[in-house]
Amino acid sequence: MTRHWKQALELRGDGVLLPSLVVLLFLGLFAIPTNAQITSERLLNSSKEPQNWLTYSGDYAGRRFSSLDQINIKNAHSLVAKWVYQTGATGKLESTPLVVDGILYDTAQDDRAFALDARTGRPIWMYQHQVPADIRPCCGHVNRGLAILGDKVFLGTLDAHVIALDTKTGNVIWDVVAAEYQKGYSFTVAPLAVKDLVVIGVSGGEYGVRGFIDAYDAATGARKWRFYTVPGPGEAGHESWEGDSWKIGGAPAWNTGTYDAATNQIFWPTGNPSPSNRGEGRAGDNLYSNSLLALNADTGKMNWYFQFTKHDEHDWDATQVPVMVDSGGKHLIAQANRNGFFYVLDRGTGKLISANAYGKITWSDSKDADGRPIANKEASPTLKGHTVCPGALGTTNFMAPSYNPQTALFYVTVRDQCDIFSTAPQPYEAGHAYYGSAYFPSEEAEPYRGFLKAIDPATGAIKWQFEHTSPTWSGVLSTSGGLVFTGDAEGNFIALDAASGKVLWHFQMGGAVYAAPMAFAVDGKEFVAIAAGSAVYTFGLP
Amino acid sequence: MSATSLLAERRGLLLASVWTALLLLSATAAADDHNPFANDPKAAKAGESEFRINCALCHGLGAHGGGRGPDLTRAQKKHVHSDAEMFQVISNGIPGTVMPANGTNGQGVGMTDEEIWQIITYIRSVEVKAPANAGGNATRGKQLFYGDANCSLCHMVEGKGGRVGPELTGVGGSRTRDAIIDSVRNPSRRLAWGLTESTKEFPQEYETITAATADGKEIKGVALNEDNFSVQIMDASENIFLLEKDKLRSFKKSRESMMPVYKPDLLSDKDLDDIVAYLISVGAK
Repeated sequence: MTRHWKQALELRGDGVLLPSLVVLLFLGLFAIPTNAQITSERLLNSSKEPQNWLTYSGDYAGRRFSSLDQINIKNAHSLVAKWVYQTGATGKLESTPLVVDGILYDTAQDDRAFALDARTGRPIWMYQHQVPADIRPCCGHVNRGLAILGDKVFLGTLDAHVIALDTKTGNVIWDVVAAEYQKGYSFTVAPLAVKDLVVIGVSGGEYGVRGFIDAYDAATGARKWRFYTVPGPGEAGHESWEGDSWKIGGAPAWNTGTYDAATNQIFWPTGNPSPSNRGEGRAGDNLYSNSLLALNADTGKMNWYFQFTKHDEHDWDATQVPVMVDSGGKHLIAQANRNGFFYVLDRGTGKLISANAYGKITWSDSKDADGRPIANKEASPTLKGHTVCPGALGTTNFMAPSYNPQTALFYVTVRDQCDIFSTAPQPYEAGHAYYGSAYFPSEEAEPYRGFLKAIDPATGAIKWQFEHTSPTWSGVLSTSGGLVFTGDAEGNFIALDAASGKVLWHFQMGGAVYAAPMAFAVDGKEFVAIAAGSAVYTFGLP
Repeated sequence: MSATSLLAERRGLLLASVWTALLLLSATAAADDHNPFANDPKAAKAGESEFRINCALCHGLGAHGGGRGPDLTRAQKKHVHSDAEMFQVISNGIPGTVMPANGTNGQGVGMTDEEIWQIITYIRSVEVKAPANAGGNATRGKQLFYGDANCSLCHMVEGKGGRVGPELTGVGGSRTRDAIIDSVRNPSRRLAWGLTESTKEFPQEYETITAATADGKEIKGVALNEDNFSVQIMDASENIFLLEKDKLRSFKKSRESMMPVYKPDLLSDKDLDDIVAYLISVGAK
């Protein structure tokens, strides 16, 4: 850049400044993205740079939608693998990569982070956090990805640190401890960068933590605010907990929320009250477990909440990505909830618009005056065991959904499964798993079934569904190419017609999929990426 | 201080540290050796809860055996006899099986020693002392298995027999007598269940597949494996077929087992008892 300025100045004497500046500006426009930093404005306007994937869900609305259309329904059949990156980790890969100006940033098990050349998959840097041996993860040593802002990417770790890494080297810029991992606190979530803050929610609903959502100054790591998802004495909602049960009330916040700049609100979902499957000892609604929270982005103060499952006894975390949908002039937020209902709320007020079952459910036959499904009495777990649908893993879970504004359909991975829920009283002990219950596959029930479903948010109707051989943990991507991408439990990556659900292409990756796909472009060529087994795969046109 | 006395002192120190180490070792051994809660009903009750949370997914509610783990109510167990052995197995798992070591299932730090002893106390409290084979004649059972009852046409035990059905060498050590009898009398019942992720490291469920290839050939067999786009099948003659679903004229999957339903008129209770006794005698090895 300096050299160009110099040339421009030198050329001034020749009276050709104007054309030089034009050349300079032209060069500059091309040069800026390769070294430019991710500003909060770029995050806000992510739709203007579809070649990049700047947040966990691809945009602040949580849509996991790419407006790239080079790969489309006409040519998807010819997709080929472009490169594969082996992370060297074992266990499940649940993360979604970010791509910024030709560099792919991603995470893997045991708090690895890495940057790759997005064209070739060759590593630029690798980082691995020193994870203590006695961490308390819920469900594997997983991580779901990074946030990016300025010259830093942000990682939440299994021992409850929040770490900023230099985007060019992976060097640690700052490292703060959010909570005591010895008591069951951990991070698995991809953080969300909003304005100059890094927002992150804690995991630990299996350990009787007191859940929270934190915001850190992206530049320094100083904590700017914390919202406890279980209110303390004197705070509204505290009365929804019996005795001291709030102290170990759970309500973790382990999946990435969304951000509405128009109202300056962060929408963040919360998980189960602790213990997850035993309501005895925590009488009340147990606010703000299994809720969607609307928080002021600057202060962390709550504007409104909506609780999906009151006094949950089935481990139905409401931590699914809340997706902002604009329809018929209405500003809505939609969530395909783990409890089997597809909820649409007004995102200005949190008022419930509709709740429709999108999978097999037996726990609720009725709705309250607001239209919220309410639990049947006999749905509660018993000592002997009692079959309830969905099972503890839910109708969906952490599988990231997608909303495509062109088809106006919401795509989500669905499991039809029932479990026997049986209580197993257990004393709380700090740092020890605290379920208070057990669940088992039900012998009477049908075998588990898995689907990709396309839901019309306006009506809750299922427009089409694709049944998998067995239930999958893969998330979903939709694109302007008229495509939906997903993975399956047997290792296939699949492209379907977004309008009909017809399979157009598939590729066997050799490892089960627990991650969600994303799309990006480098040098004008579109790629689609997903993690399977312990590797990251990218695909493109031949 | 002379050199000799220095040496003597050093020896003394060395001996002392050896003694300390030995004492520590024996103390550790003692901690794993002796169940501090033996026959304590309160500990058994606490152990029941821990069992439900940590063990029942595979070993079933009430320890009667489940989708994968053996029936633990049986007094004679395959891998363990004493409480101390049971402690070791729960702590360290069983290599080569899906029995995991404590704390290695990706969920936290596992159970404390105390909780493990409580679980052992619970298991002891539900053990049934009666012999598992309930009086069947294992020698005659073996003759039936490989002879008139035709079991070995499809099932293999200790390297001998057919390949279409599940291998049964370990079944007598891991399933209850009732479960084995049930799977002979109602072979489709277990198929209807399906397997969960946590219990399937290889997903063969023995569904019955009927497929017609593009050239009109009918194939019927058990599914060896399947995904959204392909299926691997073994037919009754043990031929393996590797098929792509979109190239088939028809494809049908059923949870009606290919195994015949052995009602008492086909296989008497007495004969079945003897076959089960044979399988249990093999499984106990």
